[in-house]
Amino acid sequence: MWKYLLKRFLLMFPTLLGVALLTFVLIRVIPGDVVELRYSGDRGSVSQEVLDRERARFGLDKPLWRQFATWVLGVARLDFGESMWTGAPIWQEIRLRFALSLQVAIMATIVAVAMAIPLGVIAALKQDTWVDYAVRIFSIAGLATPSFWLGIVFILLLLVVFHWLPPMIYTPFWQNPWENMKQLIWPALAVGYRYSAVATRMTRSAMLEVLREDYIRTARAKGLVQRLVLARHALKNAMLPVLTVIALEFAFLIGGLVVTEQVFNLNGLGLLFVQAVAHRDYTLIQALVMLVAGCFIVANFLMDVGYAWIDPRIRYR
Amino acid sequence: MRRPMARALGAALVLLIATIPAAAQDKPRSGGELVYVVPSEPPSYDAHQEETFGVIHPIAPHYSTLLRADPNDKTGTKPVGDIAESWTVSKDGLTYTFKIRRGVKFHDGAELTSKDVKASYDKILKPPAGVKSLRKEAYESIASTEAPDPATFVLKLKYPEASLLLNLASPWNWIYRADTLAKDPHWYEKNINGTGPFKFVEHVKGSHWLGKKNPDYWDKGKPYLDGYRAIFISSSAAQVAAVRGERAMIQFRSFSPPERDQLVQALGNKIAVQESPWDCLNFVSMHHDKKPFDDKRVRRALSLALDRYEGSKALSKITLVKDVAGIQVPGTPYATAPAELEKLAGYGHDINANRAEAKRLLKEAGVPDGFSFVFKNRGIPHPYEPLGIWLISQWKQIGLNVRQEIIEASAYHPMLKRGDFEVAMDFQCGFIVEPDLDLPRFVSTSDANYGRHKDTVIDDLMHRQGRATDLEERKKILRQLEKRLLDEEAHVIYTLQWHRIIPHLAKVKGWTITPSHYLNNQLDAVWLSE
Repeated sequence: MWKYLLKRFLLMFPTLLGVALLTFVLIRVIPGDVVELRYSGDRGSVSQEVLDRERARFGLDKPLWRQFATWVLGVARLDFGESMWTGAPIWQEIRLRFALSLQVAIMATIVAVAMAIPLGVIAALKQDTWVDYAVRIFSIAGLATPSFWLGIVFILLLLVVFHWLPPMIYTPFWQNPWENMKQLIWPALAVGYRYSAVATRMTRSAMLEVLREDYIRTARAKGLVQRLVLARHALKNAMLPVLTVIALEFAFLIGGLVVTEQVFNLNGLGLLFVQAVAHRDYTLIQALVMLVAGCFIVANFLMDVGYAWIDPRIRYR
Repeated sequence: MRRPMARALGAALVLLIATIPAAAQDKPRSGGELVYVVPSEPPSYDAHQEETFGVIHPIAPHYSTLLRADPNDKTGTKPVGDIAESWTVSKDGLTYTFKIRRGVKFHDGAELTSKDVKASYDKILKPPAGVKSLRKEAYESIASTEAPDPATFVLKLKYPEASLLLNLASPWNWIYRADTLAKDPHWYEKNINGTGPFKFVEHVKGSHWLGKKNPDYWDKGKPYLDGYRAIFISSSAAQVAAVRGERAMIQFRSFSPPERDQLVQALGNKIAVQESPWDCLNFVSMHHDKKPFDDKRVRRALSLALDRYEGSKALSKITLVKDVAGIQVPGTPYATAPAELEKLAGYGHDINANRAEAKRLLKEAGVPDGFSFVFKNRGIPHPYEPLGIWLISQWKQIGLNVRQEIIEASAYHPMLKRGDFEVAMDFQCGFIVEPDLDLPRFVSTSDANYGRHKDTVIDDLMHRQGRATDLEERKKILRQLEKRLLDEEAHVIYTLQWHRIIPHLAKVKGWTITPSHYLNNQLDAVWLSE
């Protein structure tokens, strides 16, 4: 077990280094740089001397390998540097947005899990009945509906019917839970619905598969009540693929809600990501990619731990 | 005799009663928080080194400038004193002496003196090593700054300059504290300490900016608001939703015509709309080193093909353009009169005659029918894309086959600078309508002369107009410059003047639109009627 976990843990570092290198190169392939963009605003003319001086200040005049080495050494010391656009420390730029994105991801996951697991289980138990069809229609509709579109529908409904709009400014949960919920429940519902659709279908198919296993038949033959058969034997074994979907979707939500964040004007990581790319803010993009990659890697690692906890065959391998 | 008298008295009474509520409504009311949307965010807090309105809109209420554009003047071209109480200009036009208001305090309590004004202008004109100043070239005429006593600030010029006073009303030239600058010239990049009507409360990056009333503001009784909250919203749909849902009261840049209509339809009499020609313009740059655009006949033909008047009618319904204009914003002191404008190539009302002339010029220049070229446009929806489509449709009318290539917004300026285009959309946006500020890019040596024309006549006219202190004489020179730039040589092709549209909740009072979205953002005179 420990050997298995250690191996998974150590694999995280080469993956992160690969991500770092790829991001560093790719972002520099795109034409235009942060200096050019920052000083060619609405008026559009700044002397070459100013541009050169700024590039030198950011170290952009140095060879690429040196820029990369400097950055990686900084990251190794957990120093991600400063945003090239605002000059603020990267951690400061990310901190608030991360809190918001994390909360939306957690809330959407709660919405998704609360809907997906019961619906998936019921659909599997009532296979090919009207209940199953209803759940399947509900989940296919969820897959086919982009969350940002659902977000727009929510906003329009709130505006047109209730003449009300969610707050535009984020209030942390611990400061004012009511204000916080008034703002974040809508994106959590919009995102959670699509997320639940994926998980519902996965739960249903995994349950269908498990319910046909010999050990379920044995459990029933032993005279175990349906509730215990489901909870103790079926659901636990069906959870492996569902857990994978939940973990990967959760990691995706941390930095992937670009359009939904725009619709609800959420000051999250997705929007920051888009702005950073638009501004060619190299240091911020690199830090954000590392953060999101880190989230995926940690989610994968936790998923592996979860596998080992759920499935003893993995534990004892 | 009695009856007419009684009638007159009755009428006067009715008039008096009718005017009481109106007068009461127009009287500024104190209190309340102005909530507005800012579509962009400040990269740093130091306006001396920034270019975006994202700095001006949330931060300008914290600062004062030496002069400012009269906030009640719709043209934004009348300089009035801000912390300058008054000023005099010497007879030779080489010495400007400003009397600085006394009793003006920085938000940290220190008193403002001419030393602070001098230090701020010195930072703009001669920034210390490692400090950027984006506008020092705009003040080349200034030889020296002096602060002979705490209430006097003197500027000495190398030569008289017609535009100096307006240039000193620049919304970018915030007055900083001399002592702070002396200790750390970078301090203002991340901190706020001004003498403006509002004090800084907080900036939550990506979210909002908060300011509260400065009780020690020099203009007693102002500001009327208790505070303001600027919310950063980049998506235009979310901006409209914010105003429509009354989460925000105004956005000071502009909405598009369809967005305005949507808000008016949704909010009815709860919304008021202010509109103005905008000191921004898209024009076409043609690379003068690339054939056939090195030939002025071809360039003129491209301008003659445009039906600007019909284009104005159609495009003004869907995007941010409207007026057919010359080198200055309509309605401002140096704008071209319509009768004068019609004499320029491509500005006449007879479009058939214009296009016949365009075809003749192309034939004369040896350009075959169906000649193809690539038009590079910026990947921004408004107004670039509709304007680009319109241009292509117009050029097609004279037998040209144009393919549009959309360049991603961030790759657009490097493309222009490299000269990697035959014909491209270019743009200009000014902070005050003033030829000296709007036109320098057309001088041969300018870094922003992307078409790379070499024209000593334009250079000379530009030089002369800048030194002409007589209004009429300057106008005459500008008309010559305009004819040369847009007609005889057609170095560039002006499209349509941008049009600024500000729908705001009707309860927002005391704010007047100007042609620049950089002006009138101190918010000292703004008040809320509810």
